[in-house]
Amino acid sequence: MTIAVEPPIAGKTNGGTMRFPSSKPLRLDSGATLAPLEIAYETYGELNADKSNAVLVCHALTGDQYAASVHPLTGKPGWWARVIGPGLPLDPARYFIIASNVIGGCMGSTGPASINPQTGEPYGLTFPMITIADMVRAQAMLVEALGVETLFAVVGGSMGGMHVQQWAADYPDRIANAVCIAAASRHSAQNIAFHEVGRQAIMADPDWRGGDYLRQGVRPEKGLAVARMAAHITYLSEPALQRKFGRELQRDGLSWGFDADFQVESYLRHQGTSFVDRFDANSYLYITRALDYFDLAGSYDGVLAQAFRKARHVRFCVLSFSSDWLYSTAESRDIVRALNAAGCRTSFVEIETDKGHDAFFLDEPQLDSALRGFLDSAAQARGLA
Amino acid sequence: MTALREDFREILRLVRPGSRVLDVGCGEGELLELLAREKDVEGQGLEISGEGVAACLAKGLSVVQGDGDRDLDYFPAKAFDYAILSKTLQQMREPRHVLNELLRIADQAVVSVPNFGHWRVRLALLTKGRMPETKALPDPWWSTPNIHLCTLRDFTTLCADLDLRIDACAALAQGKPARPIDPSRPIENWRAESALYLLSRRAPEAEPAPRTDLFG
Repeated sequence: MTIAVEPPIAGKTNGGTMRFPSSKPLRLDSGATLAPLEIAYETYGELNADKSNAVLVCHALTGDQYAASVHPLTGKPGWWARVIGPGLPLDPARYFIIASNVIGGCMGSTGPASINPQTGEPYGLTFPMITIADMVRAQAMLVEALGVETLFAVVGGSMGGMHVQQWAADYPDRIANAVCIAAASRHSAQNIAFHEVGRQAIMADPDWRGGDYLRQGVRPEKGLAVARMAAHITYLSEPALQRKFGRELQRDGLSWGFDADFQVESYLRHQGTSFVDRFDANSYLYITRALDYFDLAGSYDGVLAQAFRKARHVRFCVLSFSSDWLYSTAESRDIVRALNAAGCRTSFVEIETDKGHDAFFLDEPQLDSALRGFLDSAAQARGLA
Repeated sequence: MTALREDFREILRLVRPGSRVLDVGCGEGELLELLAREKDVEGQGLEISGEGVAACLAKGLSVVQGDGDRDLDYFPAKAFDYAILSKTLQQMREPRHVLNELLRIADQAVVSVPNFGHWRVRLALLTKGRMPETKALPDPWWSTPNIHLCTLRDFTTLCADLDLRIDACAALAQGKPARPIDPSRPIENWRAESALYLLSRRAPEAEPAPRTDLFG
């Protein structure tokens, strides 16, 4: 296998793009293969001599590999800069932290906006359908290529938490600890329904052009923005929205028209328009589809515990947020019960917060202390300084 | 170091080294930590409060936030050598169900209960005519979490009803060493402030061997 690693970015982070040639294709659940394959990633810290300190951080639907580095398009700090960094629960002085862009994504890993080498054109809708398990298979290829046999931990929230569960099912021997935050073991009808609204918004945009917009030099920005607006509501709790915006107006008095009178409207519009600057519409279609197809128990005769049967040596930490209605505490409890039934060593905490699903990115001292407690004790048990 | 709780000392004595233990209502994990350190026990906790679970996580313990009344059902049979329920059975909505579940999940259960038949309790009720408030039962009736109080005799009877065997029993009193007792003796129902039981399920009666049919 030939691997080309791009030169590391200056500063504390390293990373680049791992390239897997056509001789090393990624086999997909759909039966198709994806090759050649590129996986964009960032790393923080150094792999120790025992290769025992590697942590894979898995991102959410619209996340990427810039977990703790400044995002190249937005200029904002990484999405988990609160958790990864010196003195933080995931300290690069202790761990070798790997964050990669999922396949199907749009920040450097092979996805629908990538050039199909067979045609020289962007894949668009000729990109194969992908699943959560496919994303994890690609992550496993990357981890192996980085010289890591066993991950000290795999950690992720939301879709990243689904990756964590899939790792436990598919590669139990390659992980020692697993942290699954604000996730579910399958998409509910409501989850699928909200995603369908988003997809329809994108596909209804005339600039989507049947998915061929890149070749035609346009982008379905309006549709993608509406998709993001609808999804963003599901990331917040009703009390949090009320507290933040209430019925506050943008200006004095009503416009008696359809401008953004209310602050919440303006906020959502901003979320939508800033999202289109950094995300590809077809990636959004493919990744939401992968989430909708996710049903871990489905591959195990409907018995979730069976998925975790080979992971009895893995220490699990499952965390949920009390006001998360996208992937509620009940969903996390289902995972915990399956882990218990499988005889896995499991910890679970429901974190009290009114910030909804997005609490996972926000300042939540209870989240930090749970993460820190779990990881520190696991690190001590494994002899990591 | 603070003095070891008497029930912990007794549990530490009962539990075999290297065994698997489920502690239902494990609080901040003091007992699990002690068992891990002294007896090399592989522990799992169940605790209702988030603060308790967070404290356990920081100690490296595996603890699930949950409710003993609801969440025991999801543990597989015979997953543990011991299931411990310390001073909380009387707070459960369904003590019978919980006891049955403990002995489905584990080979043996360690259960401690306050004794409502203790002489102080009886005397308080007799003389004052009010719900007793004692060291073991300190809350007024309207705020007590103890919704299913029983006497030693009640508990012993329940064990018989559920076909549970009492493998050991010790009377506990604050600040005093545990005292092995025969819980069926009426005097203990007066004397013990609370009691700790080691229980197991009676082996089902062996079925008579089927008569072999010489011709079939």
